[in-house]
Amino acid sequence: MTTFATARATLLKDLRLEWRSKDAINSMLFFALLVVVVFSFAFSPTAEESRRIAGGLVWVALLFAAIFALNQTWARELRNQVLDAYRVSPAPPNALFLAKAIGNFLFVLVLEVLMTPLFVVFYGLRSIGPVWQLIVVALLGTWALVVNGTFFAALSIRTRSREIMLPLILFPISIPALLGMVDATTSILTGEASPDFWIKMLAVYDVVFTAVCLLLFETVLNAE
Amino acid sequence: MKNLFIAFVVLTVALLAYSTYQALFVAPTEQTMGEVQRIFYYHVPSAWTAGVCFFVNFLASLLYLWKRDARSDALAAASAEVGVMFCTIVLITGPIWARPVWGIWWTWDARLTTTLVLWLIYVSYLVLRRFAAGGQQQVLAAALAVFGFVDVPIVYMSIRWFRTQHPAPVMGGGENSGLDPAMLHAFLWNLLAFTCVGVVLLVLRYRLQRLEESVEAAHAAAALQGGSQ
Repeated sequence: MTTFATARATLLKDLRLEWRSKDAINSMLFFALLVVVVFSFAFSPTAEESRRIAGGLVWVALLFAAIFALNQTWARELRNQVLDAYRVSPAPPNALFLAKAIGNFLFVLVLEVLMTPLFVVFYGLRSIGPVWQLIVVALLGTWALVVNGTFFAALSIRTRSREIMLPLILFPISIPALLGMVDATTSILTGEASPDFWIKMLAVYDVVFTAVCLLLFETVLNAE
Repeated sequence: MKNLFIAFVVLTVALLAYSTYQALFVAPTEQTMGEVQRIFYYHVPSAWTAGVCFFVNFLASLLYLWKRDARSDALAAASAEVGVMFCTIVLITGPIWARPVWGIWWTWDARLTTTLVLWLIYVSYLVLRRFAAGGQQQVLAAALAVFGFVDVPIVYMSIRWFRTQHPAPVMGGGENSGLDPAMLHAFLWNLLAFTCVGVVLLVLRYRLQRLEESVEAAHAAAALQGGSQ
């Protein structure tokens, strides 16, 4: 099978599994809702303040929530030795990686779409800057989280206490991406500064780390 | 080889004694900052040694991914640990100096933040090494090392942009061009001494790592023999 066909088959399988079980999306959504509510109690911000803190809040909530989806990415494939079967098959490893990364990307995007009304309701949030820029930041930022997250989930699946391991190795590497997402979102919401630099930075981060992931994934998949 | 190493350790101790004497007694006291400026003779060489260690870690990790030689993995493990230790020294001596000179313990300045993120990344590397099981550990650690090294310039670039909107505290003294020759003298001796200390620790840690591996291999062999009886 070609890379594209393999990736498509894996992606469709994952989407169908998620559609029927809704494991990842339900736990992510509920967790994100809890974060939103808890922060709202903790700060009880006004509309003006919430514009300043929402950028940080949204992305921290998403970062923690995304861990649910990322952790189950490969755990699912351990049952019945599916991952081992994949390794002995001639299918290209990068197709598997891309399918998993795109799957997680879609899950987190769905989460973002569902969370937006929550923020509008609880924080009275309205953007001063253009909304299309927020969408660009969301797409780039989500990919930045998910591409490394999918890779590190493949790393941490081989360790003891794997569920804890993923955030421990993912967060330090993601600091520049997180900074970019938070600052871009805040500058768009408040309309005070231009997010251009951060959007470029996120694009560079995405390209660099997608390349590193694709270069190293086969090595990690076959690690013995 | 062993004698050579012992000679090197003796030389390092002598160097360290001489450079400490230079830094604390010979180098002139800085005019505005006073005695606290002398921490630079430890702070900057530690940062340099940590940087060298992390670079060695990156090269050894790449070499491991390429050749799959257990020795380069042991070197990667040793250099990450020694690097984290020196980086910790940097992060502790920095605020001790900053408090009297800047009036604050910490600021999210480009260099400070990058050092902290660097420290976090390599601590997570050490955590991964501890938690990864058996034979996979080396490959996983090497992969993470590559990620960490690629991340550092991006961190530096983004923080620099992030913080240039704010007036950054002036980096006074240090190795900048305005350094007094007597200070430079003390500084260079310390740089040499700390690099040698780094090499000594690296060699010792590397040997320990190799030793641990052979003990583990012996245990595994013994277990295999016990199983076949």
